[in-house]
Amino acid sequence: MSATAHPPNPNDHPIAPYLRMDRMPHIWCPTCGIGTVVKCFASALEEADIDLDKVAITSGIGCTGRVAGYMNLDAFHATHGRAIPFATGLKLARPELEAVVFSGDGDLSGIGGNHFIHAARRNMDMLVILVNNFIYGMTGGQNAPTTPISAKSSTMPFGNFERPFNLPHLAASCGATFVSRWTCLHIRRLTKCMRMAMRRKGFRFIEVIAPCSTLYSRLNRLGGGLELMRFYHDNAKIQHGIDTREVDIGFQDTIVCGNFVDEEKPTFLDMMNTHYEEVLGEEYVPMAPDGGWLHD
Amino acid sequence: MRYWRKPLDFDQVTVPRGEVVIIADRCKGCAFCVEYCPKDVLVMSEDFNVKGYHPPEVVVEGECVNCNLCEMICPDFAIFCVPAGDPVAVEAVLSISAEEDKFAEEEALN
Amino acid sequence: MKTDPKGVLTGVHYLDGDYACGEGAMAAGCRFVAGYPITPSTEVVERISRRFPVMGGTFIQMEDELASMAAVTGAAWTGTKTMTVTSGPGFSLMMENIGLAAMMETPCVVVNVQRGGPSTGLPTMVGQADMMQARWGSHGDYELIAMSPQSPQEAFDLTIDAFNLAETYRVPVMFMMDECVGHMTEKVVIPEAEEIDIVPRVLSDKTPEEYKPYALNGRPVPEMVRAGDGYRFHTTGLTHDDRGYPDMSVERQQINVQRIMDKILLNVDDIVRFEEEETEGADVVVVAYGITARVARMGIDLAREQGVKVGFLRLVVVWPFPEKRIRELAGSIKSFVVPEINLGQMVLEVERCAGGKAQAVHVPHAGGGVHDPEKICKAIVEAAR
Repeated sequence: MSATAHPPNPNDHPIAPYLRMDRMPHIWCPTCGIGTVVKCFASALEEADIDLDKVAITSGIGCTGRVAGYMNLDAFHATHGRAIPFATGLKLARPELEAVVFSGDGDLSGIGGNHFIHAARRNMDMLVILVNNFIYGMTGGQNAPTTPISAKSSTMPFGNFERPFNLPHLAASCGATFVSRWTCLHIRRLTKCMRMAMRRKGFRFIEVIAPCSTLYSRLNRLGGGLELMRFYHDNAKIQHGIDTREVDIGFQDTIVCGNFVDEEKPTFLDMMNTHYEEVLGEEYVPMAPDGGWLHD
Repeated sequence: MRYWRKPLDFDQVTVPRGEVVIIADRCKGCAFCVEYCPKDVLVMSEDFNVKGYHPPEVVVEGECVNCNLCEMICPDFAIFCVPAGDPVAVEAVLSISAEEDKFAEEEALN
Repeated sequence: MKTDPKGVLTGVHYLDGDYACGEGAMAAGCRFVAGYPITPSTEVVERISRRFPVMGGTFIQMEDELASMAAVTGAAWTGTKTMTVTSGPGFSLMMENIGLAAMMETPCVVVNVQRGGPSTGLPTMVGQADMMQARWGSHGDYELIAMSPQSPQEAFDLTIDAFNLAETYRVPVMFMMDECVGHMTEKVVIPEAEEIDIVPRVLSDKTPEEYKPYALNGRPVPEMVRAGDGYRFHTTGLTHDDRGYPDMSVERQQINVQRIMDKILLNVDDIVRFEEEETEGADVVVVAYGITARVARMGIDLAREQGVKVGFLRLVVVWPFPEKRIRELAGSIKSFVVPEINLGQMVLEVERCAGGKAQAVHVPHAGGGVHDPEKICKAIVEAAR
């Protein structure tokens, strides 16, 4: 029996309360993995049972940068690479907010690299979900700081010769207290990981490998998103707790996934409050959890 | 499901049953759901949706176990499952049947 | 509304311009500052970092100026009044996010304690060469407000005004100090908290279902809400519609950009501020701002001793420029004389507005010091001939 004749109401889809349904359908390409990551995020929000009014999501520029615009949360579409400091401002000026940064590999580790390492260093309390498709998708397929060696892109037409980042290692070595990597094929583990991360504090970093069918996969003749998903299926290796030095990604090579770092350390605000209480004692007036808004 | 031996609590466990609900006009033909459905319930149909893609269709009735894998993996939020007997699915199925009946009627008249 | 007394250091002080500006921000109700050290502005944040912990404010020294401006823009969406502080090189770095603040219509204050440029230039010495950049620095069409104090007392008073203007017009306000005023120590009188009026953040009273972030509600600017209050709003740097959703169409671009500009241009008379002295019947009018205004006074006195009828127009709000007044004056005087510590910036505006009816004589100074009043006097005397 064909199910195509009368499609049911899109608002019946379980993700509907978490999305701006008036902006559907989204702009992502057929077989792009970003939508899957968004669904996992929405499921994690549901399972983690947090106050959605207090979640503020910021995205940068790029394909993944469009995520904030589709989420039914206080959502900010900031400038390229500056989602993390924007979210820092939101978090520090209203400490009760749960700051989420949802952006791409080029945005967060390229132009936003400096902000990434400092937010990790400070253990700024925010959840960073980085969708890594190994390329700058929105602008047409240029080389990214995560593009594997020998992969082709529009600015490295003869193949990339630059060493890429090992993002979990970067995050962990800068001091992130929760570091994971999954692919968008690992829907259950990714959702569980996001749920775990939402219940923790500190700089939490989740890298999600996703297919870019229109650019990365096409420029490198890897098929479409489905072929890349099959590749993730055959080549993803789960190794929880492995030293992040070992998790580089080569071109069409093993992708090591898992929860690599899970620690509890005081966040920037914890350290600030403890320190000022010690040094200033009674005089210290911390910013109220509901922020620095002055009103009568 | 084939077992190499019958599980000891076979009589106590009910395998859930689900109905697949497909929002066909959302589908962009990626085939993730078809590939990864653990019960192989779906195939890509021969029909076209309004965008020109082939959406999936259920070809094996009664096997869906409401695992929601298709719902999680679909990047276009175009497919989900509900427990069998759920009003949403019933409504969708009924409206499909109504359309099919109408189509059959028109065919017969021509 | 009256400001929060915790931020007001009432009394008579001996402060430098940077410290006075910091005090002004705290008195105005600013409670979040993100900055990056850069001479000669660092003292502003040093002062704030010392005083914020006792009044519920948060200061963070970010990793660079781009992060500072982004953090300040983000923090403003929690309802908090925010500020960042920098000088020339940092101002250039902040431009993209100043554009974001202009596009998202986020109120905030950006202090630029100008120094000699371009590039690294003269880090510890005065310049006034960022005035055009204040108006045109970021890409695209937008309008904002820029002010220039001439003394530490004004650095205090005008900072409060800058915050008020930012809230009223939902615009980033450029507070263009210069290194001389910033590092000059003078008497600063800080009044009681009850005497300081501030414009509070106006929040919408609509329900989350009715609220549209960019719909006008009978006021010149849309009302804001705070992130975390359940409004689930969206805002973006892309051209957007009333709901804050991206709408990249030619019609929407016209509406959006025109509105961002109109909110300043149509209210120009309420925003423009300058001080005039003896311009009636004058042959020459000196137009100056910042530290140069004080130096120019001596040049004017010297010229008056030589019998020249010279008036003085001091720019307090530099952008939007007081076009109307300059045009009026141009009809009745021989020449404007514009001393500035740059090689020709605000003089271009004066010349444009004078429209050929009066000359616009520039008295340049490449930077590093203030003018010699004799030079200004000489320019005035020659212009009067």
